[in-house]
Amino acid sequence: MTTLLTLQNETLGWGETPVLTGVSLSVQQGERIALLGPSGVGKSTLLHTMFSRLADQRVALAPQEAGLVVQLSVFHNVWMGCLDDFSAPRNLRTLLWPSATERAKVEEVLSQTGLGGLGRRKVSALSGGQKQRVALSRALLRRGAVVIADEPVSSVDPAQARDLLRTVTQTFQTSVLALHDVALAQGYATRIIGLRAGKVAIDCAADALSQADIMSLYS
Amino acid sequence: MSLSGRHLLLGLVGSSLLALFFVDLNAGGPDPWLTLSRIAEGLLTPSFHNPGELLRAAGLTLAFAFCGVAFGATIGLVLAPFYRLRRVRWPCIAMRALHEIFWALLLLNITGLSPLTGVLAIGLPYTGIFAKVFSEYLDEADARAEAALPQVASPLLRLLWVRLPASLPQIRTYSLYRLECGLRSSAVLGFIGLPTLGFHLESYFKQAYYAEAAAVFLIFLALILPLRHWVRWRLVPLFIGMSIWALAQVPFPPMGQGAVWRFLTDLVPAPARIEADWLPWLEKVLVDQALPGAIATLSLSQIAFGGATVMAALSFPIIVPRVAGHIGATLGHGILVILRSTPEYMLAFVLLQILGPSMLPAIIALALHNGAIIAHLLGRQSGDLTIRPDAPRGLNFWAWELFPRLTGNFWALCLYRWEIILRESAIMGLLGITTLGFYVQANLQQLRIDRALLLLAVTILLTALIDTASRALRRRMQAQQVLRIEGTRGSATKA
Repeated sequence: MTTLLTLQNETLGWGETPVLTGVSLSVQQGERIALLGPSGVGKSTLLHTMFSRLADQRVALAPQEAGLVVQLSVFHNVWMGCLDDFSAPRNLRTLLWPSATERAKVEEVLSQTGLGGLGRRKVSALSGGQKQRVALSRALLRRGAVVIADEPVSSVDPAQARDLLRTVTQTFQTSVLALHDVALAQGYATRIIGLRAGKVAIDCAADALSQADIMSLYS
Repeated sequence: MSLSGRHLLLGLVGSSLLALFFVDLNAGGPDPWLTLSRIAEGLLTPSFHNPGELLRAAGLTLAFAFCGVAFGATIGLVLAPFYRLRRVRWPCIAMRALHEIFWALLLLNITGLSPLTGVLAIGLPYTGIFAKVFSEYLDEADARAEAALPQVASPLLRLLWVRLPASLPQIRTYSLYRLECGLRSSAVLGFIGLPTLGFHLESYFKQAYYAEAAAVFLIFLALILPLRHWVRWRLVPLFIGMSIWALAQVPFPPMGQGAVWRFLTDLVPAPARIEADWLPWLEKVLVDQALPGAIATLSLSQIAFGGATVMAALSFPIIVPRVAGHIGATLGHGILVILRSTPEYMLAFVLLQILGPSMLPAIIALALHNGAIIAHLLGRQSGDLTIRPDAPRGLNFWAWELFPRLTGNFWALCLYRWEIILRESAIMGLLGITTLGFYVQANLQQLRIDRALLLLAVTILLTALIDTASRALRRRMQAQQVLRIEGTRGSATKA
């Protein structure tokens, strides 16, 4: 198995203030990692660090604030996932006059996330859950070796969330997802990393953990 | 129905194309490249061979700006608490409706070429502006502190103890911004004969002394660019004192006896004065002068407005490091700061020497100056956006992230400059372009003050019309986030 990234006893944070200390972990190809822990514990910080360390790979990212340009259409926001595959003039053309092929490519991904037919809708007119699915669609269109997603399904219903995670698993060999639904995480992940009080508290295979082990993170 | 940028864009393109039918763009200059290369040569080898004269002009430019702005700020501050009274508000609106240059042209008939003309030309319109803006600051001051005062406190006490101190930071920031504007106005007043830098710039340029003209321009930049750094609040009283002293030393030709009285009599429309028929007089002024002047002013301003929009949209990313790179962004800042610090009138004058007489120089000058101001503000706003870590860079970032996100603000800023562009378009008539300013000046030169006054009224009406349209459009676009444009300029802190 190939190691994609390794952190060795590192202190992570924004600027001067450390959020996580003594972080040691590595990510192997083929792993499906769920990141758990109470809000504000540093999941986003860890994801951000992972993203910046994976610069040599093609990584798809679905950040927590979704990073959507609400003034543009769903199509445009999804297509943003592959801007770096084309020249700037070509992208300018796509921005102004998307071709039928481009629309079809996006539509294919949208149908996977339950947004079929909404390509021309403005993102500002969507609900929170729909916006999240737009952000995920962007990652799905991008494809790549790894996907990093911060709470990608927090605003969609449980059944839909499971379907979406299945799609993610089918599209990406390796994935790191911050989640808050413990059952959902156990159903999807091969490995669970739990954060608590500025430290990595749990890091082991998903099937080796009991519900109580995980709940200790939140107490 | 809410209005989208697309509608606005269509309207703007349509009106600009329509306006193209009414303007004369035939630049008939001898050889623009020859003049341009000689100007460039002059800029590279500026000649300061007459330092005494240049220093004096620089000092007087500052003195007019300081005295004019101090006049406006002081009276404006006194009027601000009473701004909601109609008899205060209306005179203020009237004062700021007239451009500084028009005030100067009128005042030349009363106070002549004396320094008072320059001070009042800046001070009177600024009084109107300051009164309005300061009254808004006072109104926005935190009401909680005021509620904590004992019931007995009089309105004056509340004003002095709570409202004034609370709005002092904004008042200072705004005054500093106005001082920058005042410095530009002061320089431009030189073009109509006051002894400021503009006077020397014009005379050197007309004699084709480009090295000397370049020196004047560089001195102007040296004053205005670091303004925020050398104006210390503790020294302001000293600066004002020195300015008054400097202006008192300026010699000026005396005005004849009874100038004020003659001016006031001349204000009365000729038909009323000599009991003639009104119709020919009205036809002469309104049909022969106001109408073509208004059409030219509107057309010129519309094309310039279109140009400024394009200029702003294309150039704001040059100060965003994620688009232009760090070196590029620094360079971009330099270009924008020079374009927005140079008065549009001065820019138009220089371009006129290069391109020859037509409306083109004025259009380019207005588009560059106003476009640079909008671009600067947009560039600063793009620094405040949170951008996701995997966002693209360069042109892709501009087209897919920055521009779509800032469209609302972009249109709000453009619409805000619309009225200003129109005011300046009227002034451009003084350069010989047949906008309203041209007819105003022609009438004043023939001492037909009554006609000039009617033309000025038309100018004010036109400005008010555009202002109303701009406000209505901004409301319809729901881009009504409070845009305190002046207060956030330069290094000022965001209030």
